[in-house]
Amino acid sequence: MKSAVALSPAREFTRGYARDRIAVVALWVLCALLLAAIAAPLITPQNPYDLAQLDILDSKLAPGAASTAGYTYWLGSDDQGRDMFSAILYGLRISLGVGVLSTVAALAIGLVIGLIAARGGGWVDALIMRVVDLQLSFPSILVALILLALAGQGVDKIIIALIVVQWAYYARTVRGAALVELRKEYVDAAVCAGYSSVRVLFRHVLPNVLPPLIVVATVQVAHAIALEATLSFLGLGMPITSPSLGLLIANGYVHLLSGKYWISFFPGIALLLTIVAINLVGDQLRDVLNPRLK
Amino acid sequence: MLTFVLRRLGQSALALFVMSVLVFAGVYAIGNPVDILISPQADQAEIAQTIARLGLDRPLWEQYWLFLKSALTGDLGVSYAASVPAITLILERMPATLELALTATVIAIVLGIPLGLLAGLKPESWAGRSIMAGSILGFSLPTFWVGLMLIMVFSVQLGWLPATGRGTTVEVYGIPLSFLTADGIRHLILPATNLALFQLSLLIRLTRAGTREALQQDYVRYARAKGVTEHNVVRVHVLRNILIPVVTVAGLELGSLIAFAIVTETIFAWPGMGKLLIDSINVLDRPVIVAYLLVIVCLFIVINLLVDLLYTALDPRVRLQGTR
Repeated sequence: MKSAVALSPAREFTRGYARDRIAVVALWVLCALLLAAIAAPLITPQNPYDLAQLDILDSKLAPGAASTAGYTYWLGSDDQGRDMFSAILYGLRISLGVGVLSTVAALAIGLVIGLIAARGGGWVDALIMRVVDLQLSFPSILVALILLALAGQGVDKIIIALIVVQWAYYARTVRGAALVELRKEYVDAAVCAGYSSVRVLFRHVLPNVLPPLIVVATVQVAHAIALEATLSFLGLGMPITSPSLGLLIANGYVHLLSGKYWISFFPGIALLLTIVAINLVGDQLRDVLNPRLK
Repeated sequence: MLTFVLRRLGQSALALFVMSVLVFAGVYAIGNPVDILISPQADQAEIAQTIARLGLDRPLWEQYWLFLKSALTGDLGVSYAASVPAITLILERMPATLELALTATVIAIVLGIPLGLLAGLKPESWAGRSIMAGSILGFSLPTFWVGLMLIMVFSVQLGWLPATGRGTTVEVYGIPLSFLTADGIRHLILPATNLALFQLSLLIRLTRAGTREALQQDYVRYARAKGVTEHNVVRVHVLRNILIPVVTVAGLELGSLIAFAIVTETIFAWPGMGKLLIDSINVLDRPVIVAYLLVIVCLFIVINLLVDLLYTALDPRVRLQGTR
């Protein structure tokens, strides 16, 4: 019974999504990128961070050149003799991982704080919203830069910085949505049934404010990835031991002026593909799930 | 109205205080500057002397108090690296950043409004679609990567424009400016274009949305019914109505341009405040970092205050909400 009811909205959703061909292509690209990132150790010819597999004689080879080990550097190699294709897939893993992790954490924190503000009201609400306003009045790159300038480098620090940059946005959105929900009758009904306010908040209100937020979060992952890449490029993001796409681009920067474009160019293309694909998928999800556009 | 302004000013002062405490406490946690600033060969007496000179031996709150006291008199400490007052360093670099940000704003307005108008008038046309696709790219492309590609194409491959520095500058009232010399303009083009890209995409979207909305309005329909030429409908009725919000947004976004200039300046070695910040972070030059942060926080608080006051002046509904 239940599955029959659930299937038809799912089908309707699939059909709605497929209406835009570009969005379908974007979804395939995104899936391919995710798969490639997950399966990176299996499909790359080389582990770019195993020094035993690197040959300095292969350094800065142009795309298409053959390596001393016999395979081809389709995207060239960097100054350490690293295969750029392998390095990009490993970098993609780190970029996507950091982006998704920080967004999910920020979403969770923003949700809880937003719900507390909506339910708490009074000075609790006022205090939380003042902090949110203060933070949102500064561009995220500036907030992240300040934090990293103060806290130093590291994977944990950049994830924290990305969470700090994003939570306020969710908190504000959740508070707005929750205030609307709290006025509805099902909430009164739940309160009358004697449920605790925590239970009402998390079992009844939360499921109703969550879906639109997840769509927003999809697009936010792309922002987080771009921001992390920018910070890493400035030398304030990922440490050299976990080279994300941004760090790969930064490493190639010095060689750019001598015409060795591929060390920066291809990681940039990978970054661009990821961000554009996520944005297009997110936009289409938003349009399909928006009841006002039906 | 006066109470609203006063309250808003009070909020700004509070925000400034909170930010100064956060910035100071955070900077203190970076690490021990003694290890970085004093050569390993220095003996105990030299180390003690330097610590005393920098005030690093006092308790944290006392250091903050000293810092606050001197900050209010415009003295934000002396740069460890350059041995000049930090605020002087920042103020020296500020014109370069402002010049870059203002040029970017001009580029965004001059290109964004006509392109957005075109996309709004003919949304289904080939040109309209290309402009929108371009603006999606402009939003998605990370600024720093676009900067690298601009250098790669226009400096390295084609050799048309220089990639780094400000070029020849002319001093106007003691402020060096690039845009008054041909060489300076050549240096300005790439970084300003890079910085303008995001803004440009934003303005295209705003203008397009505004145009489409304006075209639906009765006054446009009546103007057409009256027999006004299409050219005049667009120029007098559409453009004039969307221009105010669009130009306002462009002005308001100046703050985020100054923030994003950090990235652009680093790529193009543009000697502005942003590059100074990154350089200072790399050598842990605490006074300069703190001075930069406080200057930028002040700048933002002033911009935000002006925005709020401007909105209040333009839209009475906001004022009612604020004073209630």
